[in-house]
Amino acid sequence: MVTNSILKQYTGAPMGNGGQRKKIHPYKFTLWVGIGSIIMMFAGFTSAYIVKREQPGWIGFSMPMLFWYSTAAILLSSITMQMALRAFKSREMGRYRNLLLITTALGVLFILLQVAGYYQLNHMGVRVEGSGSGVFFIIIFGLHALHVAGGIVALAVMVFRALSSTRRSYDVVPVEVTATYWHFVDLLWVYLFVFFLLIQ
Amino acid sequence: MSNEAILHEADVHTSHSNGHHDEHVHHHKETFLTKYVFSQDHKMIAKQFLITGIIWAFLGGMMSVLFRLQLGYPETTFPWLEDILGHWAKGGKIQPEFYYALVTMHGTVLVFFVLTAGLSGTFANFLIPLQIGARDMASPMLNMLSYWFFWLASIIMLSSLFVQTGPASGGWTSYPPLSALGGASEGSKAGVDLWIISMALFVVSSLLGGLNYISTILNMRTKGMSMTRVPLTIWALFFTAVLGVLSFPVLLSGFILLLFDRHAGTSFYLSDIYLASGEALPNEGGSAILFQHLFWFLGHPEVYIILLPAMGMVSEILSTNSRKPIFGYMAMVGSLFAIAILAFLVWAHHMFVTGLNPFLGSVFVLLTLLIAVPSAIKVFNWLTTLWRGNIRFTPGMMFSIGFVSLFISGGLTGIWLGNSSLDIHLHDTYFVIAHFHIVMGVASFFGMFAGIYHWFPKMYGRYMNNTMAYVHFWITMIGAYLIFWPMHYEGLAGMPRRYLDYSSWESFKQFAELNRFISTVAMIVFAVQLLFVFNFFYSIFKGRKVTSQNPWGSNTLEWTTPIRPGHGNWPGEIPEVHRWAYDYGKDGREFIPQTEPVGANESAH
Repeated sequence: MVTNSILKQYTGAPMGNGGQRKKIHPYKFTLWVGIGSIIMMFAGFTSAYIVKREQPGWIGFSMPMLFWYSTAAILLSSITMQMALRAFKSREMGRYRNLLLITTALGVLFILLQVAGYYQLNHMGVRVEGSGSGVFFIIIFGLHALHVAGGIVALAVMVFRALSSTRRSYDVVPVEVTATYWHFVDLLWVYLFVFFLLIQ
Repeated sequence: MSNEAILHEADVHTSHSNGHHDEHVHHHKETFLTKYVFSQDHKMIAKQFLITGIIWAFLGGMMSVLFRLQLGYPETTFPWLEDILGHWAKGGKIQPEFYYALVTMHGTVLVFFVLTAGLSGTFANFLIPLQIGARDMASPMLNMLSYWFFWLASIIMLSSLFVQTGPASGGWTSYPPLSALGGASEGSKAGVDLWIISMALFVVSSLLGGLNYISTILNMRTKGMSMTRVPLTIWALFFTAVLGVLSFPVLLSGFILLLFDRHAGTSFYLSDIYLASGEALPNEGGSAILFQHLFWFLGHPEVYIILLPAMGMVSEILSTNSRKPIFGYMAMVGSLFAIAILAFLVWAHHMFVTGLNPFLGSVFVLLTLLIAVPSAIKVFNWLTTLWRGNIRFTPGMMFSIGFVSLFISGGLTGIWLGNSSLDIHLHDTYFVIAHFHIVMGVASFFGMFAGIYHWFPKMYGRYMNNTMAYVHFWITMIGAYLIFWPMHYEGLAGMPRRYLDYSSWESFKQFAELNRFISTVAMIVFAVQLLFVFNFFYSIFKGRKVTSQNPWGSNTLEWTTPIRPGHGNWPGEIPEVHRWAYDYGKDGREFIPQTEPVGANESAH
């Protein structure tokens, strides 16, 4: 009796609580709340930038070309990520694997371009020392890059899983969670880019 | 026996995403390490938070006894202090540097480690799955990490007490430049670095916990448990988590900038600084006020992060022990919501005297005073819940009533302090100390005590000793008023906070006797807390055993679990919910549990 009911729960609803249909998976929801909290942190930084800009001794900057390229790279990676998700849902595993690899590569390219862009900024005289805008870049762009790196780790795990021949998983939740996060770090970058473009 | 094994299998599965099904075919065995240390059971994690919180409360309280010793007896020397504390109490007198370290650590420890982690960490973990009808949190793994990040933060904060230059001593708010310049004082050196690292880990812990609480409440309620049927504890813990998730990251960004100012030579918060030696620092263009904005954007929601869980638990305990439905359930939810919104819009009332634009100040005055409205609604609802109730004075109930009393007396002085013109006089005086200790500190402690006494039978399957509990209640209640009430007078007379010794000021000399009185009472109250700690640990092992499933005659779901629930909470299916949690004294029945279907001639709630 008891065994039966438990089995029913365990094969039924995702988290096995009484067989109630859930609209959104708890992991996805947790991610959304987490995204809200990351947004608050960057909102804190950009508002600090606005306050600091009004203070004496401020040195501005102009946006290096490389950041346009990195923006293109991460926007492209969002498209490939979405295509990968679609491929996964239609069970085209080969295509999914390739698109995932491309997304990961674009993510790595983005971080490399960010580092190069940062050096270009340094070259243009925007430095950490002093009281100019320079220090914000290493903090804001650096933390954003860290969040992208987190996404790359998640992507790498997904690639590894997709390549593994011993296990086959058709569970869409981890792929969707990764995709949502990836789009988020993309949009976060677009926000930061537009913010600095408008304020430079 | 076989049932248990099967159940155990089931909850291992349910606590993972369904992508992992094939992994758990083997029989899962619990070891000491997985059961008590790296546990993923929300009930065990709650107990870990609680006991860590109790240890911190002991340390934080002990610190206050030490600095009260100095404030009450500024002339006396205590040679034994030097034996314990070494050069921090040279000649048996607490040294100024150490005094500042003590008040800083007392604030940090109690605000963050006890009343945030110890209070919402304990009761959010314990009550959310049990009261909404879930087997565990949305992610038990993140939940475990939340505790261990807190543990790591605790270890680092503790270790900062033992560095040569002492722990952070620039106040719990760690305002720059004191916190940003290592040369500013002994306590601004390594102590502040450890403080920032520890607090960053603490923020991570709070975020992981908060994410989990929110998604568990919104996604994992059992069948029939709509959001308008959840107990008020759940609503309170929900808003607490939302506040934490939105405000702690801003604090983290403030700390990151502070760390850069300390070590990378940047000038976020520093400008035009001259050292006592006459040397000028190169920093320019920084703004110390910027830190205050970033800090209080968390700092103000933080006081509600501390207070809301206590409010929720008190609502639940008052209703259960008055044997009456909570008065105005929706008004209670609405006022919690209003408080949560307003919490984000009032931070600048901590900064009235920083040179804030008076027009901006008046907006913040208005928003601050608006908080009185939802607070008053809550107070009226608690009082009307008690009104003509069939009150059972259990220790949990006593502390809940005590909470209401403290919330009223501490809240009223908030109306004074919320006025920017009165604040010019009262800012940084003992009036502020009295206000926030009563309304936020002691009141939240009362909520926590109420929660511990009320849910102890569910946590450990035993009761705490009632006699000790009543002694604990009365002495703490009377003591809290005796300690903090006189401070209002000192504050009105202009006595500033954070001073080591008032005896050299003609205006404050008159309070020497009063300070001694306060210190004496503080020591007595601290001793009574030790009685509570003894009662707590003694009762875990030797307390009277709980023999009935629902000892308080309560409606909520946690009392439908076995007396000592295993991981997964309910053997068999999770019960379905048919009504709200507050059907007390209805249709001639004392209480009707949430699991009972609504009768044919009964109106649904």
